[in-house]
Amino acid sequence: MINNEQIQALTDILSKFTSVIGKRLPDDVTDKLKELRDKEENYLSKVVYNSMFENLEQAIKLDRPACQDTGVINYFLKAGSNFPYLAQLKDVLVEAVKIATIDSPLRHNAVQIFDEVNTGNNTGERAPFIHWEIVDDSDGIEVEVYMAGGGCSLPGRAITLMPSAGYEGVVKYVFDTMVDWGINACPPLLVGVGIAGSVENAALLSKKAILRPIGTSHPNPKGAEVERVLEKGLNELGLGPQGLSGNFSVMGVHIESAARHPSTISVAINVGCWAHRRGTIRIKGDMSYEIISHKGITL
Amino acid sequence: MKKILKTPIKNEDIADIRIGDVIYLDGHIITCRDVAHRRLIERGMELPIDLRGLAIFHAGPIVKKDGDKYTMISIGPTTSMRMEKFEKEFIEQTGVKLVVGKGGMGAKTAQACKEQKALHCVFPGGCAVLAATEVEEIEGVEWTELGMPESLWISRVKEFGPLIVSIDTEGNNLFENNKKIFNERKDRIVEEISKHVRFIK
Repeated sequence: MINNEQIQALTDILSKFTSVIGKRLPDDVTDKLKELRDKEENYLSKVVYNSMFENLEQAIKLDRPACQDTGVINYFLKAGSNFPYLAQLKDVLVEAVKIATIDSPLRHNAVQIFDEVNTGNNTGERAPFIHWEIVDDSDGIEVEVYMAGGGCSLPGRAITLMPSAGYEGVVKYVFDTMVDWGINACPPLLVGVGIAGSVENAALLSKKAILRPIGTSHPNPKGAEVERVLEKGLNELGLGPQGLSGNFSVMGVHIESAARHPSTISVAINVGCWAHRRGTIRIKGDMSYEIISHKGITL
Repeated sequence: MKKILKTPIKNEDIADIRIGDVIYLDGHIITCRDVAHRRLIERGMELPIDLRGLAIFHAGPIVKKDGDKYTMISIGPTTSMRMEKFEKEFIEQTGVKLVVGKGGMGAKTAQACKEQKALHCVFPGGCAVLAATEVEEIEGVEWTELGMPESLWISRVKEFGPLIVSIDTEGNNLFENNKKIFNERKDRIVEEISKHVRFIK
């Protein structure tokens, strides 16, 4: 039996949570930005950081999206197989986006391919984009909202290298991308690197990498070490806030990986801008919920 | 003291401003991004606004309609480099004096800034509510058929900024200078890291 009241409650939770994500950064990102701000020294870095923090304050005070580009909405779902509304969830998410577009308000960011028409409500062909994973047999679901803005989507790219290029090729690809494209993507950036055997696997992993909380590491100690040396090296580039030069370039480097084919090493990069708008909420079958990414907010 | 430019901007107002300077704007700024540039330059369509002496903003805002009036909710810069293909001719044809966006622009825009006397400035990216609070009024909108982000929004602004000058009227280019430094550092760093990632043995 479908319980319409419960579906209404689910829609309400998800539309409100989607709105909030555009207005407030998650706690780990805010903490990291404060840390980096205090370590920057030059005049332009200070001008930019002052604007960033004033902006975050104003966004909360005026209840408005912190950045005008509220992105194409992506949902990453980790569902229990007994969550009672699995079959309805896609329609619920589409509805939640339509409501958030008006209530928040969100910018109209869904342009239909070929027809080149902006739908005006952030829904359209495969929009919002939904990634599914069934993770256990619980009756709950974890929903990760990510607003993929244009500026930080622009550097995203992927390539398949030959094994002769080695992991050295991966390192070079990351640095080339960051210098050529990273400076325009609103640094300090959270850099996601996916390593796998084909581009689409690597690309998905590179996006999942920037959904990981800042400060977490790759489970393999070698992977964690590569994350650490890449972060140190990228910071030595000294892109600074907005690429205007400074002591830091990144909020972190996260790598996600999948076993590769013996003949290929695919690498993909996705970056999150300093206004890294993502959020995690866990909802149970009875519609009780817990917000993981942002402390002290209610919907 | 804050350096504040007022529209219409004259050549002498910006002659002494150099890359790395922080300035502010009073007057009129019009959002103008991908499709508006393409329409003027590639399709030869006339812009519905005379931009001589004014400022354009590479931006696609969130705007709320209240009755007949519009309210600026959130308006931050978008990546200026996307307009590089068209900006030189755009500056030549329109006489615009201030181009505001984020990130750098390339050699052709720098050439136009030098020849036509114009500036490219960065408004700190992502600071869209800050920018919206500096908009006194939306005075009009054109080409609304392009949708909310691509429409030409005409705003009257007060102390709009900080605007960090990235290309000046001598054609100096802050981001290109920075990029050279970043690239020089890059090769040395990549070489060093490569020693630590030789996992294929």
